[in-house]
Order: sequence, then C-alpha cells, then structure tokens
Amino acid sequence: MNIFKKLGLGLLISLFLTISANADKIRIGTEGAYPPWNSKDASGKLIGFEVELAWALCRYIGQQCVIVEQDWDGMIPALQMRKFDAIMAGMSITDERKKVITFSQGYADEVASLAVMKGSDLEGMETPEGINLSLGGSGVNKALKTITGALAGKTVCTQTGTIHQNFLESGDVGKVNVRTYKTQDDVNLDLASGRCDVALAAAVAFTDYAEKSGKPVVLVGPTFSGGAFGNGVGVGLRQASQMGEDSAQGKRDAALLKAFNKAIDQARKDGVISRLAIKHFGFDASM
Amino acid sequence: MELLSFGKTGWGDELIVATIMTLAVSVTAMLIGFIFALIFTPLKLSKNKFFNLIANFYTTIIRGVPELLVIYLFFFGGSSAIMFVGSIFGYNDYIEINAFLTGAFSIGIISGAYSTEVFRGAIQSIDKGQFEASNVLGFNKALRFYKIILPQMLRLSIPNLSNVWQITLKDTSLISVTGLVEIMRQSYIAAGSTRDPLLFYTVAAILYLILTFLSMKIINRLEIKYNRGY
Amino acid sequence: MDFDLIINSFPKLLFASITTLKLLSVSLFIGLFIGLFFSILRVNNNIILGKIAYGYSYTFRGTPLLVQIFIIYYGFGQVELIRESFLWAILKEPYWCAVIAFALNTGAYTSEILRSAFQTIKPGFIEAGKSLGVPNKLIFYKIQIPIAIRQSLPAYGNEIILMLKGTSLASTVTLMDLTGVAKYIISTTFKPIEVFIIAGSIYLFFTFIIHNVIKFLEKKYSF
Repeated sequence: MNIFKKLGLGLLISLFLTISANADKIRIGTEGAYPPWNSKDASGKLIGFEVELAWALCRYIGQQCVIVEQDWDGMIPALQMRKFDAIMAGMSITDERKKVITFSQGYADEVASLAVMKGSDLEGMETPEGINLSLGGSGVNKALKTITGALAGKTVCTQTGTIHQNFLESGDVGKVNVRTYKTQDDVNLDLASGRCDVALAAAVAFTDYAEKSGKPVVLVGPTFSGGAFGNGVGVGLRQASQMGEDSAQGKRDAALLKAFNKAIDQARKDGVISRLAIKHFGFDASM
Repeated sequence: MELLSFGKTGWGDELIVATIMTLAVSVTAMLIGFIFALIFTPLKLSKNKFFNLIANFYTTIIRGVPELLVIYLFFFGGSSAIMFVGSIFGYNDYIEINAFLTGAFSIGIISGAYSTEVFRGAIQSIDKGQFEASNVLGFNKALRFYKIILPQMLRLSIPNLSNVWQITLKDTSLISVTGLVEIMRQSYIAAGSTRDPLLFYTVAAILYLILTFLSMKIINRLEIKYNRGY
Repeated sequence: MDFDLIINSFPKLLFASITTLKLLSVSLFIGLFIGLFFSILRVNNNIILGKIAYGYSYTFRGTPLLVQIFIIYYGFGQVELIRESFLWAILKEPYWCAVIAFALNTGAYTSEILRSAFQTIKPGFIEAGKSLGVPNKLIFYKIQIPIAIRQSLPAYGNEIILMLKGTSLASTVTLMDLTGVAKYIISTTFKPIEVFIIAGSIYLFFTFIIHNVIKFLEKKYSF
C-alpha cells in the first residue's frame, strides 16, 4: 500500500501547491468574446471596454487585479464557486440574476437591437426609435405588436443565457423560434451565413461586427431597454449571504461591493467611463 | 495565409503554443489516468465484493457518460469538493486550481477509466502458471506485483493503451470550459476574432492529425522494442 | 443539492433525450452504410481505392469529433460556394450538419470494425461455399457479411455507446438534445451540478440498455 500512499500524497501536494497565489488580488471574470465590451486580440490578450474599465476601477480601489477568462455559460456558477470575485462581462442587471448574485451600480447602458442582413424583408419595420419596456404604454405595445408580426416564422438567434434570450422567450413578442449560441461570435457567423433570419444582441455587437467583417449587417426595429433588458450593465458580485454574512468571505464580498460602487462613482466623476465608452463604442454609453 | 503568420497580427505562433499545450495536457492527463488505473485495477481484480463495486462504479460511470458532462461536473464540482476538504482542515480561503490541472484532471479521470480496463485485461491474460511459480519461489505479494505482473502488464497493454492515448488526446478538445488555451480553444478564439472558421478549424484538424500520426509512430516503436524476445 | 430543481428538470431532460436518440439512430444507420462501403474498399484488391478508404478512416479517427462538427457547421457555412449550391438546403439545418458529422465519424470506426471482421473470417467458410458451387456474390452476401456482422458485434456495441456520448456535441451547434437542454436549464437556474447529474444518469441508463441488448444479441448469434 505504501506506493499508493505516496502517490496520494503527491497528488494532494500537486493540487494544494496551486493554492491561490493571488489571494490578495481581486479576480475579475470576463468572457473575452463579446466585442467591443470584451474580446481577445491576435496575441491572446484580453481587450475591450470592460477590460480597460476593470484596470481603471482597480486603480481607484487601490488593489491589484487579475482578469480571468470564463465562458459565458459558466460565468455565474464560476463566481459562486469563487473562481473569481467579480464579473465584468457586459452582464446586465436583471431581477432574475439578482436572485443568485448581486450587482454594483450600473456603469454602462447596453442598448439591444435586432439585426438582419441587408435585403431582408424585416428592413424598414415601422417602429419608434427606441422603446423602454419598463415604461409600457400604447407606443410600446404597438411596437411589440409590429415586432411580433415581423418575427413570426423567422429563426431568431441570440446568445445563450442572455437578457436577449429572456426577452424573446418572455412572450412579449409572441412565440418565437429562438436558436441560441455559446458566443456572440457564433451568432454573427450564422446571421451572415443565412441560417439565422434575424438576431438580437447589444446594438454595438452588430455594428462592431459589420465594421470589422465588412458584411452588410443592418440594425432594424427599435432599440430595447428596461423590462427583461434590465437596468444597465454592472459588476456582478457574490451575495454576502452566500458564504454567510458573518464569515470572513461574506464580509470580504460585502466590502468588495462597496469598493466597486465607490470606484464607479469616482470613475464616472473623472470622466473615465465616458472616455472609455467613446473609445470602444463610438458614443458615450456610460451611466 | 496572413492569418496564420507569426507575430502580433497572425495566429501562427499562438496555434503552435496551443499545440504544445494540447500535447502537455494530454500527457499529464494520461499519467493521471495511470495513477487512477493503478488504484482501480487492483480493486477491480480483488476478491472483495465491495472493492469490485467501487471500481466498477468508476469505470461504468465514466465510460457511460459523455466526456463533456464529466468535464463540466469536474469543473464545477471539483473545486467545491476540494474547498470542502480544505474547510475540514480549517482552510476556508479560495483554493485555486489552475486551468492546466483542472483540464488534465478532468481528462485524466476519463483516461483512467479506460486504462483500468486495459490493465485489467492485460493482467487477466498473464499466464496463471506464473502466479503459482512465484508463490513456489516464495515471492511475497508486493514483490510479485512489481517484478512479475507490472512489467508484463505494461508490455501487454501497449497496443490497447495506444487507443487510450488517442481517446485522451482527442478528449482534450473538450476542455475549453476550463479556460485552458489548447488547439480547439485557440482555433475557436481565432475563428471568432477573424470570422474565418473554415480555415482555423481545418488547421486544428491538421494539427490533431499531426499529433496522432507522430504519437502512433512512437508507440509502434515502443511496441517493437518491448516485444523483443517474445 | 436542490431537489425541486432535480424533480422539475427531469421530465424536460427526458423529453430532450428523444432528440438524442433520434440523432443517434439516424447517424448510426447512415454510418453503417458508409462503414460497410469503405470496409469493402479496404478488403478489395484495388490499392488506390484501399488507400482512399484508409485515408478517410484515418482522418476521421485521428481528429476530435468536435472539430469535425465545427468544420461542417461553422466552416462550410461561411463558404459562398457552398451556400449557393444545392448542398445548402441540407447544411443550413443544424440537425443535418450534426447527423453528417456523426455519420462520417461513426462510419470511419465502423469501417475499421468491419474490415477486421472480414479479414478474420476463416478461409474455410469461403472455400466451403465455393466448393458447393455458390456464386461469389452470394458467398459475399450470405456468408461473409453475416459472419462479419456477428464478429463485429462486441466492437460495434462499444461504438454505439461512444456515439451516444458523441451526440452530446450536437448541443454545440444549437441543437436541443439532452445536453443542450441541460445547458439551457443551467443558463436560467445557474445550478450546473444538479442538472448535469440528472442528464448524466439518463445517458448512463441508455448506455446500460445498449450494453445489455448487444450482450443479448451476442449470445443469441453465438456459434
């Protein structure tokens, strides 16, 4: 049995040797596949609005940060499992997510829009420029009706586990044939290939794709906000109650929420968020 | 072709690093699998029904559930389990297992189940007379295992282990959830970023083919070497 | 453990496994013909055809299934030439892309299994047929193929199980199979462990059934 003991011990040591060397750093999870919010360049480096904003916020907090890459579909579970301490991944603040995690104040507005390829019969849909689902009213209802009609029988593509998917499945636009993808990049590919008749995502995700690929992707219909679309994008954090409010980790999580809120206040006041938004989105999406 | 160039604008150097990563994580997973197999093979061959049950539980589940699910379960459940163990010892902080080890372990668990079956088959095909002979010669159990069973088991296992190696190598394409940048994840990132999936997935396929081709050559040599004298 | 979630998601996952089984059976059916075709090329005396068949089987066995699906789905989808051809009617559908990838993959393994079965048939069987004056074609269909199928049963049983597990990759091309629905439930409940455990158990159950059916067939057709 001796050899097994030795092997077991070796196994444990090799595991525990990787005990976080970054214990005092804030670990921030991002997807790296949602340009221009966050993405990767050809040398594998994480880039984008949120990556730069994360560095800025960490400077305000006065603590070192590590940015961790995480696939979107595992983002919230990974936060809960403490693989990282905060999410900055274009994640909108929604009631549904608030059941399992908490959010800092919003730092940017995500404006959602439908997109089609040029020549689609959805072009020229007559709707107001933007609708806010939280406000409601006859204008919003009329627009939703128009969209319901336009989407009927179409394959609508979107990323899995997003506000966009929630909206399409909410019944606000009738029963839609939704197809979901792991990343926005994949949605874009299938929009261009024609497998998707129409796609829904952040408007900037489409304009960024159209610009970089040269593909004739056009936004149609209104821009969406409110309701299923949440209240802006914020830093996702663990609920202090998850690890017990009196536990060391719980206290740390609560402190981190305060620190991020304060840092966002400062970054906003100094114009850092606006400046980064204009740099990456082409307009001021800060909030 | 510019997309595959080296340096800051091309993905060539990244893909080569990713290929090395695939190779490294496969080899590590294979070795971890051997450790699992060395633990579970004796359990499988044991006369103790309870030990049999444990070993069969392991090999049946791992070989009956999609690799993708095993990897997800290990990724999400593994760190919780380790932190639970840590908390028993009073260590409540986050324990980070890096992406490489997470990937290697999740594939290693799978690879180990296949290796267990291979080792079991190999031991069972060793001539019974040798066990008796070693008893007559007064070998104790440990000595018998190291000097007689183990060397033969390894030799008899080589052909089937080469299958396990191929499975292991290809399974690493599924560990992208752990964030480890191996061939598949790198091609996925490159395909997304350059919007040229055909090029990058074809390159990925070629890289895997090169790896399987070269490793088969090496394994064949080993087989010839260890079969000398038989 | 969230037991409510387990109870709630079980019927949804069970329903989704219909898609999984459909994918599996259609792919295996097509793959069997592909496998048979290429195994005949392999045992044929024509060297060039043999090499082509070997190249096919080597390529598909030497690369991960995930890469194969991605090439067929995302890769081919970006090629204008393919999108304008008649092929697009099939390749446009994620379902058929998955089936094509699975069928070509299992076809490669099946061709290897059948080839080795053909090669291990004792020459005596064939000679016996010849001496009785049975035509070559009939020997092939009535003697070689049935024996080869019997010989391949254990290995083919393994292949069916591998393929069942392989179908979980259909979820990567937007299909809502067992794994796809599991991922979907996780994306709204954020509880991966519970959901994957149920999904895993369902796969395990199918593996168990397949394993035992093959065992039964082996016994029934043993010589």
